[in-house]
Amino acid sequence: MLILDCPYCGKRPEIEFAYAGQAHLVRPRDPATLDDTAWGQYLYMRTNTKGIHAERWRHARGCGRFFNALRDTTTDTFTAFYPIGTQPPAAGGSGA
Amino acid sequence: MKQRFSVFSLLRGGLSRQLGWQPQWRKAEPKASYDAIIIGGGGHGLGTAYYLASEHGLTNIAVVEKGWIGGGNTGRNTTIIRSNYLFNESSALYDHSVKLWESLSQVLNYNVMFSPRGVMMLAHTVHDIQVAKRHIHANRCNGVDNEWLEPEQAQEFCPPLNISRNIRYPVLGAALQRRGGTARHDAVAWGYARAASDLGVDIIENCEVTAIRRDAAGAIAGIDTTRGAIATKKVGVVAAGNTSVVMQMAGVKLPLESYPLQALVSEPVKPAFPCVVMSNTIHAYISQSDKGELVIGAGTDAYTSYTQRGALHINMHTLDAICELFPMFRRMRMMRNWGGIVDVTPDRSPIIAKTPVRGLYVNCGWGTGGFKATPGSANVFAHTIAHDEPHPINAPFTIERFRDGFLIDEAAAAAVAH
Repeated sequence: MLILDCPYCGKRPEIEFAYAGQAHLVRPRDPATLDDTAWGQYLYMRTNTKGIHAERWRHARGCGRFFNALRDTTTDTFTAFYPIGTQPPAAGGSGA
Repeated sequence: MKQRFSVFSLLRGGLSRQLGWQPQWRKAEPKASYDAIIIGGGGHGLGTAYYLASEHGLTNIAVVEKGWIGGGNTGRNTTIIRSNYLFNESSALYDHSVKLWESLSQVLNYNVMFSPRGVMMLAHTVHDIQVAKRHIHANRCNGVDNEWLEPEQAQEFCPPLNISRNIRYPVLGAALQRRGGTARHDAVAWGYARAASDLGVDIIENCEVTAIRRDAAGAIAGIDTTRGAIATKKVGVVAAGNTSVVMQMAGVKLPLESYPLQALVSEPVKPAFPCVVMSNTIHAYISQSDKGELVIGAGTDAYTSYTQRGALHINMHTLDAICELFPMFRRMRMMRNWGGIVDVTPDRSPIIAKTPVRGLYVNCGWGTGGFKATPGSANVFAHTIAHDEPHPINAPFTIERFRDGFLIDEAAAAAVAH
C-alpha cells in the first residue's frame, strides 16, 4: 500500500485517498469551437507515462481536498506532492 | 520436424521414460528483414503470427518479445472465458473467440485444456438483477447463450455457494453462460508458438524493441531492438500494458491507461469447485484449476502503474468477498499473488485497428479481460494486417471511435464493474 503525503494532513495510507488521473489537463475554455479531434484528445488521450507521472489525488476519506503528486510508475515511488494550481517542482524535488 | 501429440505418442513417451521429447518451438535468431513483425509474444501476438501464417500465407514473419513468451498478462490472468457482453459489436468479437476456443486443441494439436464448465455471474442488488437480465436478453438476440438462475438454482449449479439472506451482499440470482469456462494459460501461448514456429514463424525472445523506424513518406521501415535492427514494412503491436510505450516510438498516442490487476492462487486441494463464479459488484472471480489451486482474481488497483504488482488491501477485499460467498474456503491458505499490467480504454472495449502510420497496426486496450479473447483477437488482427483492412468483426474497434463518438461502451454497460 502506498503512503501519500497530503499537503494538508501529512502522511496517510493509500486507502484514505482516491486517485483522480493525470494532472495538468486543462479543460478548453470554449469547447464549442473545437473540432472533434481536439475534443477527443482532451477527453480521452492520456500520456500513460512509464516513468515520472504527474497525477491528481484526493484525500477523499480525510480533508477531502485535491492535490498533485509526482510518482515513478516503474517503482510506485512518490517524488513530490504539491498543491492544485501549482506547477510540478523541478526534477529531484523534495517530498516523500 | 514437429512431434504430433496423440494417444500413441503419449504412450510411446511413457514407455521411453519421457526422455524423447523435443523442444516445441525453434529458438530463432533475428533475420535482417521480415514481411511482418509482431511486437509482443503473448497469446494474442503468437496467435496473430499463427493465423498470419496459416490463413493468410505470410510465413516470413517474426514475433519479438522482450522477455519470454507468455510471461506477461497471458501468464498472469485468471483464465476465464465467456462471451456474454452487452453490445452487438462485443458479443460478435468475444463469441468468435469462444467458437475458436472450442476447437483450438484439435486445430493446434496441443491441449489448451479448454474446459467449458460454465461461468456464473452473481447479482447482489436490484440493479445487478436488471443489468444481468438485460445482458441475458441482449445475448440471446445475438445467439449467445446466457440464462437466469434464481439463488436456489445457482446453489444447485455451484454447491459451495452461500445463498443465505443474512450476508452483507446476499446472492439474489445469477446469469449463467454454460459455454463459458477456463483454459490453461501457458498452453495457449505454447500451442500457438509451436504451431506458428512449425509454419516458419521466427519467435525471438529476450528481444526488446527500442525504436520503430519510418521511411521518408512516414510509413513503417523497420524496428530497432536490443538484438539489432530488423527491416519490415508491417508491424503489429500487441504489447498489452506497454502498448503506449511502444506506440510512442512511432509517434502515435492512444487513449490508454495502464493499471495493475492482481490475482492469487491457493494451495492445491482436491476438486471442490465445479465452475467459474464472478461477482462484479464485490470484485471476486474464482475457479479451480486442474492442478487443484483456487484461482482468484481481484479488481484493478486505483492508480496507473507499470510495476506488475499492487497493494495487498485489494486482495484482502476480494478474499473478504470469497470467504463470505464460499464459507468452506475460510481456512484455505493462499500460496502466491501477482500483478499484471492491463491497458484500459475509456469505454473498456479493445482497439484492433490500423493506425495513422502506414504499415503500423495495433491490438490493445483489452483491459481486465483479454485472455478470453485470445483466439478471436488474434484471428481478426491477422486479417487486418494481411489485408490492410479490418475484418468485419473488428471494424468497429477503431482508434477513431474516440474522436467520432462511436464508443462501444461496455464500461457503462458494466459487463464487469471496473
